[in-house]
Amino acid sequence: MSARRTSVFLERETYRRRRIMDAARLLPILGVALFAIPLLWPKPGDPATAGDPVPMSVAVLYIFGVWAGLIVLACLFGLKSRGWGPDRASSAQSPPKRDGGG
Amino acid sequence: MSRKVLLIEDELNIIEAIRFLLSRDGWTVHTHANGADAVEEVIRVAPDLVVLDMMLPGRSGMDILRDLRAAPATSDLPVLMLTARGQSRDRDMAEKAGVNRFMTKPFSNSEVLETVRDLLAEARQE
Amino acid sequence: MASLNTLVAICLGYVALLFVVAALAERAAAMGRGQWLRSPLIYTLSLSVYCTGWTFYGAVGYAARSGLEYVTIYIGPTLVMIGWWWGLRKLVRIGRSQRVTSIADLLSSRYGKSNLLAIGVTILCVMSVTPYIALQLQSIALSMSVFAEGDVARTKAVSAFWAAIGLGVFAILFGTRNLDANERHHGVVIAIALEAVVKLLALLAVGIFVVWGLAGGISDTLARIDASEIGQWEVDGGRWTAITLLAAAAIICLPRMFQVMVVENEDERHLRVAAWAFPLYLLLISLFVIPIAVVGLDLMPAGSNPDLFVLSLPLSQGNEGLAMLAFIGGFSSATSMVIVAAMALSIMVSNHLVMPIYLSTKVGRGASISGDVRNVVLISRRVAIVVILMLGYFYYRLSGGGAALAAIGLIAFAGIAQILPALVGGLFWRGATRAGALTGLSIGFALWIYTLLLPGFGADGALAASVMTDGPFGIGWLRPYGLFGITGLDPIVHSALWSLSLNTAAFIAVSMMTFPNPVERLQGAQFVNVFDHSMGPRGWTGSVAQSEDLMIMAQRILGPEEARALFQREAAKQGARGQLPEPTPSFVDTLERELSGSVGTATAHAMVGQIVGGSAVSVQDLMAVADESAQMLEYSSQLETKSAELTRTAAKLREANEKLTQISLQKDAFLSQVSHELRTPMTSIRAFSEILRDEAGLSGDEKERYAGVIHDEALRLTRLLDDLLDLSVLESGQVSLNTRGGTLGHVLDRALSAALAGSSDRITVHRRAEDEGIAIRSDLDRLAQVFINLISNARKYCDAPQPELTIRVRALGDRLTVDFLDNGSGVPRDARALVFEKFARVSGDKAGGAGLGLAICREIMERLGGDILYLDGHSGGAFRVILPMEGAMAAQ
Repeated sequence: MSARRTSVFLERETYRRRRIMDAARLLPILGVALFAIPLLWPKPGDPATAGDPVPMSVAVLYIFGVWAGLIVLACLFGLKSRGWGPDRASSAQSPPKRDGGG
Repeated sequence: MSRKVLLIEDELNIIEAIRFLLSRDGWTVHTHANGADAVEEVIRVAPDLVVLDMMLPGRSGMDILRDLRAAPATSDLPVLMLTARGQSRDRDMAEKAGVNRFMTKPFSNSEVLETVRDLLAEARQE
Repeated sequence: MASLNTLVAICLGYVALLFVVAALAERAAAMGRGQWLRSPLIYTLSLSVYCTGWTFYGAVGYAARSGLEYVTIYIGPTLVMIGWWWGLRKLVRIGRSQRVTSIADLLSSRYGKSNLLAIGVTILCVMSVTPYIALQLQSIALSMSVFAEGDVARTKAVSAFWAAIGLGVFAILFGTRNLDANERHHGVVIAIALEAVVKLLALLAVGIFVVWGLAGGISDTLARIDASEIGQWEVDGGRWTAITLLAAAAIICLPRMFQVMVVENEDERHLRVAAWAFPLYLLLISLFVIPIAVVGLDLMPAGSNPDLFVLSLPLSQGNEGLAMLAFIGGFSSATSMVIVAAMALSIMVSNHLVMPIYLSTKVGRGASISGDVRNVVLISRRVAIVVILMLGYFYYRLSGGGAALAAIGLIAFAGIAQILPALVGGLFWRGATRAGALTGLSIGFALWIYTLLLPGFGADGALAASVMTDGPFGIGWLRPYGLFGITGLDPIVHSALWSLSLNTAAFIAVSMMTFPNPVERLQGAQFVNVFDHSMGPRGWTGSVAQSEDLMIMAQRILGPEEARALFQREAAKQGARGQLPEPTPSFVDTLERELSGSVGTATAHAMVGQIVGGSAVSVQDLMAVADESAQMLEYSSQLETKSAELTRTAAKLREANEKLTQISLQKDAFLSQVSHELRTPMTSIRAFSEILRDEAGLSGDEKERYAGVIHDEALRLTRLLDDLLDLSVLESGQVSLNTRGGTLGHVLDRALSAALAGSSDRITVHRRAEDEGIAIRSDLDRLAQVFINLISNARKYCDAPQPELTIRVRALGDRLTVDFLDNGSGVPRDARALVFEKFARVSGDKAGGAGLGLAICREIMERLGGDILYLDGHSGGAFRVILPMEGAMAAQ
């Protein structure tokens, strides 16, 4: 029966969406972690941290690289979720297609 | 030939009225006023017909009827039952127990006479 | 160099352009055209009001002083935006579903519509934002002064003053032109979106000019960066973290950010675009900050203000056009911030400060004429805008415009961040209470003022220098920059650490200790669970979408299989080809009924209503929902108690039913008895009267005898009816007692003569007259009736050959007993219990009694306050009548 097949289809779709949303939720945490990494870099005039200080150009490239990466990920998530209602965890995008199972 | 009736009733005035009626119609009327030994009295008298009151001292008319129907000698003895309680449930119970006729007090004399005659005629035919 | 007049003309022209754009946008919105006005792009650009003159000029100065630390100001908001699914989405949803008009309104609404809280937040916002506005005026004044020739100080003062006035006029014109229930201002939003484009382009232009025009390309720029004063990664971890946190808080809590992000939000789905587009905007605007700072430090003479590199750098290179563009960009940044901030603050001031006061003064005078109120609102907003801008101006004058731009901005951030604990707690924790929010806010606010705002006015400004170094009254651990002995921290970090941590701790602790009132609890539930019962995003039009939403909701509640079965059934009923039925009223009703079985009627109605009706859930709905959930969750123990009670009640009902059945059976039995007692004499009467009528030839003797029978039976019937009536009167309690005084002996005399009169039965009565002289007070006729009954019984039923009756009178304590003892065989032992029941004739008596006599006696004695009982242990019949002695005493 087609009803049976579409139901499987619906649930798998729902599952994917849930995981994408998990990823979206993790994004700011990832950002916090990445932006905190420079705090571990050695500083000039700090005897506790051995090693050469990080040049500003590297720091700039790192910060802006992370920043751009986060934006791209957020953008991807935004595109992915465009068809969903923002609050609907298990939304069906369109009526189940009768020919969905072939 | 003499027809014998046994009247089992505890009201003296009613006994007198029925005795008067039936004896005038040619019956030999035996009476008995107690329910407790009524079945023995029926067997002893061996009447052609029994007129049985429902409410008797000692034993109810319904129980007496059931005993009569249970005993082979009296199982098809014609029984006319009288009651003053006038409840349809009593009539149903009596009919189930195998009564031939059922009358509610107060009755009309002619009705009693006719019923008694009918009962005897039916008994004779069989 | 461009003259100051040219600059003023350019500024006026630019403002005029904004004005026209804004006016056109308002007109388009009013006419329902201009869908693009409500696009995610405009929303994102309007968010850029976050980037003020501080960003435009200050970021470069900040970078020139502290290296990369300035990016924290943008990283904080970036993290908030990309985490929109967690926080912002909820904030925006609540703002829309609750029709929130400001951050103060949101907190007030969450904490039980508390106006006190709203006032507190409003004051906090005004105090935090005033320095910020001063900062914008300062940036305009500074930028003007760069172009100025001659009296720089005067130029600054004058331009700041006129900037304040001009911005006030613009904010009044667009922020208070009309009153919209939703507080949306399309014109302002479009104007600031335009300004966002202008400032981004200006900064990018300067950046491109610096990188490719002055530094010679990307790799050269990077080399220059490494070679500069700020060429090494050198960031204080505490400040990095603290400022990131403060900036993250600011993008949510700043009144102007709340205004554009929540209040002006047209469609929740715009957030999805803004989540990446706004961080992109921030990235672009901060991209060239370091190069500009580095090149500026390199090229500009030592001692020049790095806050103005954006302007002075192109100017020094002779690129006046670019400098002008940069000037306009900076002007844009400052104006958009001031306009929106003034507007947002004026809404808060008018709604939470002015209106409550106005309405309270008008109470009783019936001032609810809407036009009146409307005018008061508009005027109060205009005045508030002017006052706020004047405050900003005076702050600017007071602070002398000396402090670095970034420092002032951070002070404002730290102040506004005090709202964060109450806000986040309110969104995610139902246990947050108003008392907690107020306490936390007050503590945080006070600490912020003491540790950051007051010291910010400089040595001997607001706080004496001695307080700064030694603490108030010489108490060292209360030093503003060294609270509780923690010294050596950066002032911002120090202040943020203490104010936010104590704020949060107090908020949580007080919330846990206090109990919210019902409105607070309801609002708390609505806020925290906003996605469970609020309107979905706009744009779900069309029936299929509705059916789908219903399907999703039904699946969640009923389970997927049941929901699908229900929908298929309904679709088949409608004759629809697909699996989803049309949302016809009957289908919706059916669904609502199905759902209410699982979640309760009110909840189901609210849930279905929000999807199908498209309207917000009414307060009644939510109240009902709250009631239901409260009943379900919080009072389940009470329900258990009730169910136990119910069980008990059911048991009682069963008992009562059994009793009723019994009574009904007794009544049947009684009626059957009465029928028997009536029919029996009637049978004799009828039979003999028919004999007398029908039988000829009866002897005279017979006739006489039969007539006598009829007469006796008729009398018996009459007696029976009398007894029945008597009994029914006695039992119903309607008997009226005729209480008189008399002697017992006299009553006995009467009873004996009545009972024995005309009787042929002989019975000897024994009495002791000396005992019977007792005076009694009672219904003597009724008492005599009892005695007659007992004496008659003895006469009728005493079966001794020589019947004897002994009447014995005794005073026993407070009671008087009269015993009637005969020498017969008495009542059989097994019948004694029934002797006083109706129709309880002991033997087959033929004495014509209906068996009601003793029942009547018992009823009478109960009415007279005494009793009657059968005496065991006596050989013959033995009845005892008990009379209360008080009657006897009273008569003596």
